[in-house]
Amino acid sequence: MDKEYVGFAALPNQLHRKSVKKGFDFTLMVAGESGLGKSTLINSLFLTNLYEDRQVPEARARLTQTLTIERRGVEIEEGGIKVKLTLVDTPGFGDSVDCSDCWLPVVRFIEEQFEQYLRDESGLNRKNIQDSRVHCCLYFISPFGRGLRPLDVAFLRAVHEKVNIIPVIGKADALMPKETQALKQKIREQLQEEEINIYQFPDCDSDEDEDFKRQDAEMKESIPFAVVGSCEVVRDGGTRPVRGRRYSWGTVEVENPHHCDFLNLRRMLVQTHLQDLKEVTHDLLYEGYRARCLQSLARPGARDRASRSKLSRQSATEIPLPMLPLADTEKLIREKDEELRRMQEMLEKMQAQMQQSQAQGEQSDAL
Amino acid sequence: MSKGLPETRTDAAMSELVPEPRPKPAVPMKPVSINPNLLGYIGIDTIIEQMRKKTMKTGFDFNIMVVGQSGLGKSTLVNTLFKSQVSRKASSWNREEKIPKTVEIKAIGHVIEEGGVKMKLTVIDTPGFGDQINNENCWEPIEKYINEQYEKFLKEEVNIARKKRIPDTRVHCCLYFISPTGHSLRPLDLEFMKHLSKVVNIIPVIAKADTMTLEEKSEFKQRVRKELEVNGIEFYPQKEFDEDLEDKTENDKIRRDKPSSLKQESMPFAVVGSDKEYQVNGKRVLGRKTPWGIIEVENLNHCEFALLRDFVIRTHLQDLKEVTHNIHYETYRAKRLNDNGGLPPGEGLLGTVLPPVPATPCPTAE
Repeated sequence: MDKEYVGFAALPNQLHRKSVKKGFDFTLMVAGESGLGKSTLINSLFLTNLYEDRQVPEARARLTQTLTIERRGVEIEEGGIKVKLTLVDTPGFGDSVDCSDCWLPVVRFIEEQFEQYLRDESGLNRKNIQDSRVHCCLYFISPFGRGLRPLDVAFLRAVHEKVNIIPVIGKADALMPKETQALKQKIREQLQEEEINIYQFPDCDSDEDEDFKRQDAEMKESIPFAVVGSCEVVRDGGTRPVRGRRYSWGTVEVENPHHCDFLNLRRMLVQTHLQDLKEVTHDLLYEGYRARCLQSLARPGARDRASRSKLSRQSATEIPLPMLPLADTEKLIREKDEELRRMQEMLEKMQAQMQQSQAQGEQSDAL
Repeated sequence: MSKGLPETRTDAAMSELVPEPRPKPAVPMKPVSINPNLLGYIGIDTIIEQMRKKTMKTGFDFNIMVVGQSGLGKSTLVNTLFKSQVSRKASSWNREEKIPKTVEIKAIGHVIEEGGVKMKLTVIDTPGFGDQINNENCWEPIEKYINEQYEKFLKEEVNIARKKRIPDTRVHCCLYFISPTGHSLRPLDLEFMKHLSKVVNIIPVIAKADTMTLEEKSEFKQRVRKELEVNGIEFYPQKEFDEDLEDKTENDKIRRDKPSSLKQESMPFAVVGSDKEYQVNGKRVLGRKTPWGIIEVENLNHCEFALLRDFVIRTHLQDLKEVTHNIHYETYRAKRLNDNGGLPPGEGLLGTVLPPVPATPCPTAE
């Protein structure tokens, strides 16, 4: 027998098996003005047709349109691992003639998810907490501008402390290589100037091999990612089929690292940093929100206000949770329903258990 | 033609002047029917040559305005159109190009010469248009500028002592740059064109068209045209100003009123601009070099820049000026005279004082 070997090195495998069984939740938000190739990119990234039934309204309709938040869910399975991906879209952003405060619905949405999670976390039944928090926001920057526009800056400043931002340059095939470099440089400078915190890809461990480190450094250098999306396969006679966009002067290959950063984005977002994005959302951004929330309650005025509110709910810790001023009654009814359903489920399980033990008891009596 | 007066006048004139050989007057001295035996070459077609010579001597003015969000390649396109650095360009990203808080109007003049013909070209840039978070009424400074040029011309016209050749600063052509989103027009595009299409000749162009494939381009164009039609926006060449059938057929091709043919020759033109040259098949061409190919600006298979250039410069330059003068300017003039009670505006003329230039359009413009 091997005295030195205890066996807990197998722990990661156990975790892996558990999370494979549980499945994986991820909420991704895409934001940016319309026409930057957001939907095409999402379809390319996840090889789905999420936006098939979409209809873009014409200009006249968009004159008075306000920003809406749309959610689409899709289950992707690969290699036995199931991912439940939720996409949050923001149609109407940056469209109107007057876009003042058009980012407020987005901020509210993100905070609502945090609030929901805070309630669930402080609730009685914590078994089935649905994590609908936004784990990552892909923000699309126009390749036609000269860097970040005033609207971009305003949006990013409003959300950077609440969600992981990955800036992306859409329709990057509009740019020649030098222009891409210059634009990236300008955007990086502006982000620094405006003190916008984008998602920081963590440094790789010092014991990784050189190749990995080099790749990692390259990827970090190419932020913001200049991407091109396509769901069409181009078959030029002779060469192998590639996903790309065919022009009269040549074909842009989506998965060619010399043409655009699509591969880098996919690698970083999906293959290596999916888990980290969730962790940062939970450990940093959500905790920040929670701390701010609870702190504001610790102040005397806030406490009175909250307890007087008819809709507040007493949690186990006796601290009434703050209400976002614009919370819908309907939403609360839904929450109550959810809570009721969970209680019912628990009740049924207990009943089933009791019946089982009764049956067993009868059996043993009979023996 | 009156019979009596010209005779006596000419006779009187002849008696006063030193009897010098005078050219035959166009009006016949005596009422005669055209003698069929006098067939032959009169020579009135040389008037074209005479006009050409005069134009070459005096040169002519052309004022072109470019409007669109920053970064759509407006300055590059104008430089490409006129093959010279006529527009200030923020070509290097490193320059501190701050987006102005309000729309500015910057007019830069250049004299270009070609084949003995001198053109005084003025490019009017509008930095700041559509770049703010709130772009309400950002077209107003532009409209005001255009009206101010009409006003300047009007004032000169009504002067008692007029200049022989009134300097023409009126905007003859406004290139409006549409962002190649691939979806449809943006609300701001609609608003701008609605307000300004009655005041100036608007030529919409689809900017940076190298981001669209052929199918995307043709779909986008169709949608844009439909939207413009539905909203009652008439871009240049306007249907109502076609003077005759020839004009109509030619312009129809450009407007694409006829059922579609496979070639896309119609407006709005999808353009690409460049001031860099590359070697393609042994020739040096203006273009953009990407890892997947070189986009040639003057290649009709790549983009419609050549069509735009031919349209604006080689075929419709004079017409743009004429429509501006005969139609847009006259509309403005009529409005001003009406506002002023039928009297021409101007100081010292029957004691009338100049009323202020309207910043917003008068209701008749709608």
